[in-house]
Amino acid sequence: MTKLFIATTALATVLTGAAAAETIGVSIPAATHGWAGALNYHAERTIARLEEAHPDLDFVLATTPDSATQVSDLEDMMATRGIDALVVLPFESEPLTGPIKRIADSGTWVTVVDRGLAQEGIQNLYVAGDNASFGSTAGEYFAENLDEGAKVVVMRGIPSTVDNERVAGFEGAIEGSGIEVVAMDHGNWNRDTAFTLMQDWLSRFPEIDAVWAADDDMAVGALAAIEQAGRIDEMFVVGGAGMKEMVARIAEGDETVPVNVTYPPAMISTAIEMTVLGLTSGAPMTGDFIISSELITQENAEDFYFEDSPY
Amino acid sequence: MAHAETKTRRRGGSIDLKVIGPIVALIVLVLIGVALNPNFLSYANITNVLARSAFIGIIAVGMTFVITAGGLDLSVGSMAAFVAGLAILTMNVLTDVWGVGLPVILVGVALALVAGLIAGLINGLLITRVGIEAFIVTLGTMGIYRSLITWLADGGTLSLGFEMRELYRPVYYGGIAGISWPIIAFAVIAILGEVVMRHTAFGRHCAAIGSNEKVARYSSIAVLKVRLATYVLLGLLVGFAVVMYVPRLGSASASTGLLWELEAIAAVIIGGTLLKGGFGRVWGTVVGVLILSLIGNILNLTDFVSPYLNGAIQGAVIILAVVLQRKTGTDR
Repeated sequence: MTKLFIATTALATVLTGAAAAETIGVSIPAATHGWAGALNYHAERTIARLEEAHPDLDFVLATTPDSATQVSDLEDMMATRGIDALVVLPFESEPLTGPIKRIADSGTWVTVVDRGLAQEGIQNLYVAGDNASFGSTAGEYFAENLDEGAKVVVMRGIPSTVDNERVAGFEGAIEGSGIEVVAMDHGNWNRDTAFTLMQDWLSRFPEIDAVWAADDDMAVGALAAIEQAGRIDEMFVVGGAGMKEMVARIAEGDETVPVNVTYPPAMISTAIEMTVLGLTSGAPMTGDFIISSELITQENAEDFYFEDSPY
Repeated sequence: MAHAETKTRRRGGSIDLKVIGPIVALIVLVLIGVALNPNFLSYANITNVLARSAFIGIIAVGMTFVITAGGLDLSVGSMAAFVAGLAILTMNVLTDVWGVGLPVILVGVALALVAGLIAGLINGLLITRVGIEAFIVTLGTMGIYRSLITWLADGGTLSLGFEMRELYRPVYYGGIAGISWPIIAFAVIAILGEVVMRHTAFGRHCAAIGSNEKVARYSSIAVLKVRLATYVLLGLLVGFAVVMYVPRLGSASASTGLLWELEAIAAVIIGGTLLKGGFGRVWGTVVGVLILSLIGNILNLTDFVSPYLNGAIQGAVIILAVVLQRKTGTDR
């Protein structure tokens, strides 16, 4: 893939005689889980579209399994490809702040996606999902649809700032509604862990009225456990991030899975498109662009269903 | 209580406590569970715990043989994920051709077993014929299988078609006389493993090789063949575990089987098998697996500790269970 890009650059340079062919580096985490898989899918799709639309633009896409590799990737992009703009979803905030700051200081346009850097004011453009609203959108649905005294269980993700912000949003939204959170634990965004956790909660609590699984992979695991216990009619399950199987169930009017909350992996497309727009059109693109989480209901489910996406 | 324990240790000698150590730990855990939650001994909870132990349990039985023969296999978790992915993909393709039916499941099951066996054979051949350290070979294959499943799933999740899932589902959720299939499978594998380890030449050869390879060779044991066989057996059991795993959630992804290798190895060691080889105990491994599952179960059934500390509790219990049986050991 990289070789191909180098060839394209060389060819472009020859043809245009070192004209203003801009190179854009895109660095994102490797497709190690569903959401990141969809991120990769949307990144590749957008790059393919933009390369066709702008023949003078070159893209370097690097996917990375960890922070250290991402730092090396960024160094390579600067040293050997001389990128003019960088779109980066930092694997972790802290270790990537320094390297990205050096790139920004050298005058390269930097767009940071989703995970903010540890220091403010480094990037030109920040595109991110809204974790607080991801939690509060789900929380508001709970507050509206459950009676006072209803018992809910909450499955959290991997302990992280993302998870903390989501849970804080959820707790804020159900505050004062009389809903009781009887248990809260980390399902680590993993189906198997969620399945086990839900089995144990079902043994522990004779009454559960709703489950907030905070992620669709966990919702799948929780649903399997509830089905096994034969208690599918007693509660509803709200996941998040809009996995296509879940969206399909919502569209069919499944009562156990009434709604879902988006946290679109396609935000990488937003970031790349905005970066390119800034480079090519000269339209001002600096600042923060926060994509709010939406509630997927039976009425609008169609708009959130992507047949080809792996997620 | 501490005094009484010391006395028994002295009187009983080292062997007794080595034997009962894991069982004592298991009983203590059960008592804690009962004290903390009345639902702990309910039929549903016991079934859940035993059934979810089956995957790691079946793999850990195979791991007992590998470790007893002085080997190690870090690739089993990734291997399970890869084999599961392969089986799901194949069954989905076959569903399109043959339609929903039993033959599709049979082919899926056969494929999982064969793929596991081949994966184990590759590990074994690299270790015995090419002569690379087991740690390095299986560290390598661990990465390879993990990447392959990620690639197969395109970074997402491979899911069995809905109708096939319904048909295959009873293999995990069904059973006879109220005992679910994974529990039965785990029990049968454990009993067979115990018999093979104790009463067959193969079991004794494993222990002999793990204890002293040179002596074993001079005693005209086919060291390489036995070693190879332990990895092939483990691979086959990974395939078998996958056969029980796939019907549970009907899916496989890059996070399937994560850290299973370490759980299996921990279970084997908790059970009293020596990590350096030479002595193996299959029933101990079964107890080890149950201890690990129970810790997780008990932590989920209570608010006793912050969920952030789950890992610390597990770590402490693992070390304690091993300390309990090694403290009095005079053989090292």
